[in-house]
Amino acid sequence: MAEQKQQIEEFVPQEYAAGFITDIEADSLPAGLSEDIVRQISQIKGEPEFLLEWRLQAYRHWLTLETPEWAHVHYPEINYQDISYYSAPKKKTDGPKSLDEVDPELLRTYEKLGVPLDERARLAGVAVDAVFDSVSVANTFQDKLAEQGILFMPFSKAVHEHPELIKQYLGSVVPYKDNYYAALNSAVFSDGSFVYIPKGVRCPMELSTYFRINAANTGQFERTLIIADDDSYVSYLEGCTAPMRDENQLHAAVVELVAMDRAQIKYSTVQNWYPGDENGKGGIYNFVTKRAACRGESSKVSWTQVETGSAITWKYPSVVLQGDNSVGEFYSVAVTNNMQQADTGTKMIHLGKNTSSTIISKGVSAGRSQNAYRGLVRVGPNADNARNYTECDSLLMGDKSAAHTFPYIEVKNPTAKVEHEASTSKISEDQLFYCKQRGLDLEDAVSMIVNGFCKQVIRELPMEFAVEAQNLLGLSLEGSVG
Amino acid sequence: MLEIKNLHASVDGKEILRGINLTVNAGEVHAIMGPNGAGKSTLSNVLAGRDGYEITQGEVIYKNENLLALEAEERAQRGVFLAFQYPVEIPGVSNIYLLKAALNAVRKYQGLDELDAIDFLTLVRSKMELVKMDEQFLHRSVNEGFSGGEKKRNEILQMALLEPSLAILDETDSGLDIDALKIVSEGVNALRSQQRSIIMITHYQRLLDYIVPDFVHVLSKGQIVKSGDKELAKELEKTGYSWVDEQPEGVSA
Repeated sequence: MAEQKQQIEEFVPQEYAAGFITDIEADSLPAGLSEDIVRQISQIKGEPEFLLEWRLQAYRHWLTLETPEWAHVHYPEINYQDISYYSAPKKKTDGPKSLDEVDPELLRTYEKLGVPLDERARLAGVAVDAVFDSVSVANTFQDKLAEQGILFMPFSKAVHEHPELIKQYLGSVVPYKDNYYAALNSAVFSDGSFVYIPKGVRCPMELSTYFRINAANTGQFERTLIIADDDSYVSYLEGCTAPMRDENQLHAAVVELVAMDRAQIKYSTVQNWYPGDENGKGGIYNFVTKRAACRGESSKVSWTQVETGSAITWKYPSVVLQGDNSVGEFYSVAVTNNMQQADTGTKMIHLGKNTSSTIISKGVSAGRSQNAYRGLVRVGPNADNARNYTECDSLLMGDKSAAHTFPYIEVKNPTAKVEHEASTSKISEDQLFYCKQRGLDLEDAVSMIVNGFCKQVIRELPMEFAVEAQNLLGLSLEGSVG
Repeated sequence: MLEIKNLHASVDGKEILRGINLTVNAGEVHAIMGPNGAGKSTLSNVLAGRDGYEITQGEVIYKNENLLALEAEERAQRGVFLAFQYPVEIPGVSNIYLLKAALNAVRKYQGLDELDAIDFLTLVRSKMELVKMDEQFLHRSVNEGFSGGEKKRNEILQMALLEPSLAILDETDSGLDIDALKIVSEGVNALRSQQRSIIMITHYQRLLDYIVPDFVHVLSKGQIVKSGDKELAKELEKTGYSWVDEQPEGVSA
């Protein structure tokens, strides 16, 4: 028992494999935030007038807001004047037209991260948009996708090539007035991915964006917009890493999804931002607004997320179920270790008739971490026969971590059926001994038990992401057994 | 194979094993019987390497190694197998996944390559026939929702797959109806070999009708107070354990 206890409390520092820094020359704006900075970002990107105007409105609105403090997370006040809002690797030309023009140092960075950008090197059909600090540095398979009318490109490029779509949809799901960080993002967002799937098209490959923060004292504020037109389907993957740095860095992204009639969007995230060291020094503040609108009838959006990184994770991928018979799903694994804090969950807003939503949330807390599920299920007065099923399970490791559940349910229609189940458990000594007696070492035993606990979520991920996620779960919990 | 010398073990400062001496040679089947609280499960847990037991005296030599110095998983990799009295449920982990991980851990120690999916499945299927298990068990979560009999059969399936040198069966008969007992016993009998030693821990003589031991030992108050052959078990059946307690302390085989 004593020995086991020691293993529980002893922390073997975990190797954060993505923690390296790329030595590359960058063009960065000086730290600080002002109307002038917003104008400069817009100017660097050569944006049309309407977008600058929108940014400025967002900035002015942001100035009137107070930092929200309702989440179950604690951190020192952020000085927004200390952050640089734009950093881009120096370019030799006006943006790379092909991979040959991409700085080899950048290509090596993504290779090290396991995201080869060379199309020939990729076995599976996955198109990648690689976002490095504030800009997209490479985007693969664009031409092949274009044959079917699919648009998959950096946001900044879409602004130039398809301003009408940007104008129509930007902020239509997450308005800049939505919240503090959405307003900040709307004012200073730099790049991100843009996806449009035309009517009746089933996207033939997984689309993926790989976000990398490299520069010091820089925030990443990307903006992703995905539109699935009538009867279309797309599966989109998002991965994130950052170097190990002692300072905290802010990541405040906005993701907007729009699903039209009978369209389906599957959005998967494996978030592995640098979580800080075992004493809570450094790490990314991941304050993200993700929301989907099931605008059309019988449309469907699934969010699947595996969150193992970030010092603080604060996000609630949500679905607004406007169309009749639309479906929203949220599958989440949030792992916290050491001093990490997570306050994450979802919002399912039922507006249309016969709408249904499913929420499966798995929280794993180890070390001295804090892990909270926060979820809202709202059924509007016209949402006849709305259905929701929520399941929140927490797994505790050791005796210094904590799990919290904050479910909010607001039902304004008597025909609604809302179910909520919650459980909290610990990895038991019995389970560990059983596995060890079958020859598995402690780390493998923990990894296996945790993966079993998270199985309902992992199986929702596309194949190659699922493997990565499983490995990540084991890695994140290394040395934290209990 | 196994030599236990003057083994003393305590839990939370309370001495449970008080000088066990036992030698088990390759190919032998030993039954250890005794009343509740005699230290039967403590003995199996100590041999398997469960945390929470303090060894205060004595030693255990297994294949010329100091067994007590090894971690539980190291003992398992070297061929020590414990069939649990209460097999643990592991939600979300499929039985086949655990079986494969366990087999590969043992193979890795033996310097063998991991089995690929097809070879592994072929092997598992052949072993499943031994305990008359349906293939659907492979895809269910480990022991979750299994009946008592299914759990015990699953233990014997793992034993058949891992082919241990020393198998300790902890009350494998408890909670089994007669049909399940027969299946489990047939499975164990099929696994008897000249290279494998088996220690059967049981409260009842019933099991020994199906798996006939070479030796029977009676454990009482943390010591082996009497040893004999299978006739000793029959004697016990007639007289019960009460006479054991009347024996003077310190008598051992």
